[in-house]
Amino acid sequence: MKILVCISKAPDTTSKIAFTNNNTSFDENGVQYIVNPYDEWYALVRALEIKESIGAEVTIITVGTSNDEAIMRKALAIGADNAIRIDAEPTDAYFVALQLAEFAKLNAYDLILTGKETINFNGSQIGGMLAECLDSPYVSVASKLEVEGKNIRVEREITGGIEVLQVSLPAVVSCAKGMAEQRIPNMRGIMAARTKPLEVRPALPVDALTSFSSYASPATKSAVKIIDANALDTLVALLHNEAKVI
Amino acid sequence: MATLVYLHATENIGKGSLELVTYARKIDSDVTVFVTGEAPNASLETLGAYGAKEIIVNRVLSVSNNQQVCAWLAQHAANYSTILFSHDFNGRSIAPRLSVRIKAGLISGAVSLPETNGAIKVNVFSGKAFGFVKCLTETRIISLLPNSIAPELIGGTCTVREVNEQPSTQGTIAVLEVKKPEGAIPLPEAELVVSAGRGLKGPENWGMVEDLAEALGAATACSRPVADIGWRPHHEHVGQTGVAIRPNLYIAIGISGAIQHLAGVNGSKVIVVVNTDAEAPFFKAADYGVIGDAFEVVPKLTEAVKKFKAQA
Repeated sequence: MKILVCISKAPDTTSKIAFTNNNTSFDENGVQYIVNPYDEWYALVRALEIKESIGAEVTIITVGTSNDEAIMRKALAIGADNAIRIDAEPTDAYFVALQLAEFAKLNAYDLILTGKETINFNGSQIGGMLAECLDSPYVSVASKLEVEGKNIRVEREITGGIEVLQVSLPAVVSCAKGMAEQRIPNMRGIMAARTKPLEVRPALPVDALTSFSSYASPATKSAVKIIDANALDTLVALLHNEAKVI
Repeated sequence: MATLVYLHATENIGKGSLELVTYARKIDSDVTVFVTGEAPNASLETLGAYGAKEIIVNRVLSVSNNQQVCAWLAQHAANYSTILFSHDFNGRSIAPRLSVRIKAGLISGAVSLPETNGAIKVNVFSGKAFGFVKCLTETRIISLLPNSIAPELIGGTCTVREVNEQPSTQGTIAVLEVKKPEGAIPLPEAELVVSAGRGLKGPENWGMVEDLAEALGAATACSRPVADIGWRPHHEHVGQTGVAIRPNLYIAIGISGAIQHLAGVNGSKVIVVVNTDAEAPFFKAADYGVIGDAFEVVPKLTEAVKKFKAQA
């Protein structure tokens, strides 16, 4: 089977989040980029597990500039077979989804996996947009996935429970915790990744539908009120009278 | 122009639905609610008191078939300038599809009403920052994070109309089963959350956390290391790579407050931290702090809560 895994770059989880240019752009100074954890730990690793159990070709794709080739090599080192980069600076999720869809249409993938969201924009938009472009079924925020012939069996969290779905292929699934465990690339994988194919393709002209006008940091909290460990009635009274949360 | 709200409603109308209708009514008083799910007409009618004018309910569609729900909404979308979803499991699956289908910008994770310049504040960097997003199309789709606006009862009534539209789609999604966990309050919509970390030393000590949660009527959660060692189930993990929550009250017990954990709980209105280490970074993000041993503080806090509840 053919699996396409969509990956995105994201700032390392320990990065300091700050903004420049009058709060209109993210301050990349000193920021290390990684593969977005949901894309790597869950989508890519699950694709590799499927490859190991029933055989599959795993292609990774990203929409980005040449700066993103480092994270693509990382995904190849973990075990993807080949990589595609659509050469563009992403403008919004719609722009990215249309680029991904254009490539996916050419190659008849059975299964397309994404992370449930990126840790920088938290939009959860790409998977659903891509599925609509391809007129495919879509499962969002899935925590388990098994291939069963021409279908997949997928679990996803819903309000107050877990739903088990049978979905026809081709399909798009966005992946969350539970799907797989993080893998650390070994030296052989890192060496092999250097020679794996990484194809660069031109982007389609697409007009964005949304635009970020500015950013803001959360208001700083006023100093913590320390309550004596023997005066917990006081804490309960403060939560009721002052904070009004109980 | 008018506002469309999409809701999936099983049994009773939840607080999240009232938040959506309130948000919609503040954008434009002409609010139509499109509903899937089994909720009886009598409960749907209660939305009138929050500003809904008309309810259109489609009971033949399965919410899990986002292709069909999207196609149904798209057939009616042209009459509305704002289309509103909850940024929950259903909104995340349907809203992006609709954005492509009707070519309308999607602003996801909204936390407040539009500013005067039209930009909408959204949650970005997993709660470490906010962004202001403008929609560049005439119709805009917004998905609202739970707990972002207080429901407002304004009085009023609405009509409920049942429809049976079932657009055909390519591909199939069938629900095989739904597993319900044992009586727990689902984390993403919990208003009160009690969470614990490695400071508890072992899974056998969670009883006191559950007692406190029960006394408060709160959901339980945990930090990532605790879920990774297997002390607690993965769905309880809150933080940057787990569940992001925005409850009214978050009580963190024996959690140091690493930046990745804070990212998932920053949106909480009030944070209480219990830790033996007065230097724990979590105190900097807390509203109230108790420096002390969890094994002494938590049972005492539970007693204090019970005493308060008995008086109330």
